[in-house]
Amino acid sequence: MEKFVIVGAGQAAAQAIASLRAEGYSGAITLVGDELYPPYQRPPLSKAYLLGKLERDRLFLKPDQFYTEAGVELRLGVQATAIDRPARRLQLSDSSSLRYDKLLLATGTRVRRIRVPGAELAGVHYLRSIADVDLLRPALVPGKKLAVIGGGYIGLEVAAVAVKLGLEVTVFEALERLMARAVSPALSEFYLAEHRAAGVKFHLNTGVEGFTGDGELRAVRAGGAEHAADLALVGIGVLPNAEIAAAAGLSCDDGIVVNRYCASVDDPEIFAAGDCTRHHGRDGSLLRLECVQNAIDQAKHAALAMLGRPTPYSEVPWFWSDQYDLKLQIAGLARPGDDLVLRGNPAARKFAVFHLRKGLVAAVEAVNAAPEYIVGRKLITDATPVSVERLADTAISMKQIA
Amino acid sequence: MPKIKYIEHNGKEHIVDVPLGWSVMEGAVKNMIPGIDADCGGACACATCHVYVDPAWAAKLPPKEDMEETMLDFAQDLEANSRLSCQIKVTKELDGFTVRLPKSQH
Repeated sequence: MEKFVIVGAGQAAAQAIASLRAEGYSGAITLVGDELYPPYQRPPLSKAYLLGKLERDRLFLKPDQFYTEAGVELRLGVQATAIDRPARRLQLSDSSSLRYDKLLLATGTRVRRIRVPGAELAGVHYLRSIADVDLLRPALVPGKKLAVIGGGYIGLEVAAVAVKLGLEVTVFEALERLMARAVSPALSEFYLAEHRAAGVKFHLNTGVEGFTGDGELRAVRAGGAEHAADLALVGIGVLPNAEIAAAAGLSCDDGIVVNRYCASVDDPEIFAAGDCTRHHGRDGSLLRLECVQNAIDQAKHAALAMLGRPTPYSEVPWFWSDQYDLKLQIAGLARPGDDLVLRGNPAARKFAVFHLRKGLVAAVEAVNAAPEYIVGRKLITDATPVSVERLADTAISMKQIA
Repeated sequence: MPKIKYIEHNGKEHIVDVPLGWSVMEGAVKNMIPGIDADCGGACACATCHVYVDPAWAAKLPPKEDMEETMLDFAQDLEANSRLSCQIKVTKELDGFTVRLPKSQH
């Protein structure tokens, strides 16, 4: 019987299994994951799950029965350590190995660790997995001082939850504005004001020099000063899990390089999907994305490619973030030099920023503005020319613009 | 646990128990009912959990919030009784609640 092996038990893996079976694959599937859990949703980890509003059971993407019925062998709590390409075998950390006919690498990312003195102190947390949140949540005690290192999505979502729970929250960001990698300056400014209004304190342009404490964290050293802290959450980005691919001689460049069909550019039996891939964007540039959309859509294309029916991946990326009662929805990819069009009024807490490139919408960032997001996404997908005047005029509805 | 009935576009019916407090979308996903994608996992961010509410039940639901309303506005095959199932919370009163699923979520 033909045998497919999937490495990494995240969103892409769950989708790949569903797609393989839906597309008629009847061979064997083995799923290897280094966590103890079958695929689960990561986005709620820094939101509802951290807040304690969502039970663990509700995080799982599929019920156990799904894997049973799909005939998937689950190998959880083990790591894939090497790919023997000539023998088509995957080595595992428990010394066993798996033969494969086709291999899907959906290995995702891991947190980037901060390398400063004191980083190993108890009380310095990261957030990527269920286990991370289960450690962090009991420490979120009202009145405690939380230092958030990194003003990106994770840091700010945790800051929003923690301040709501009654902690004193201070965010340290090395760059001059929040979420600098992900959003335009107008949004950085808006979110800074929102967090400040909620009681979060900020030190921008302030890199962290170290942590101090006696076994347990007591302070963060940043900007030449000591800032008292009972606990810290470090959210300074992630790194792709591409080491076993690179060691096996597959092309890697901050991610596993794949072609338009989500297949390895070096080995016709190996495929990759999700956060771990470096792939071609819609404009042909090579990029790596960290989002649910990319995991789901690449997994669908990878599954088809594994079945010998490759189709090019060209979906428009989309992202979201929940902070307080603000829903941020983003579609497309912004670039420096885009023409920015503001629609609506940030003071009304309902607005969007459109990014235009050569007269076409390249990206839209929408805050509590679903029509702008949905129509914007469609304008990007269909490459529909739009006028700046109409986009900026809220008297003209998005439906009329669509 | 309240029983929720899901009717696929092809007429196939599924009656399943869904825990109180869960969303109608979660009830479908956890019971492997085809026809609800729920890509965003219930964040009201993707509009891929569109359902049609049985008219007899529509009045028993709390009204749509703005976000759901506008997300739905752009869904395929929108009808007067369209809802996003991630936004419908299962309560005791919804025992027997029935939804029909659209042909496609995209």
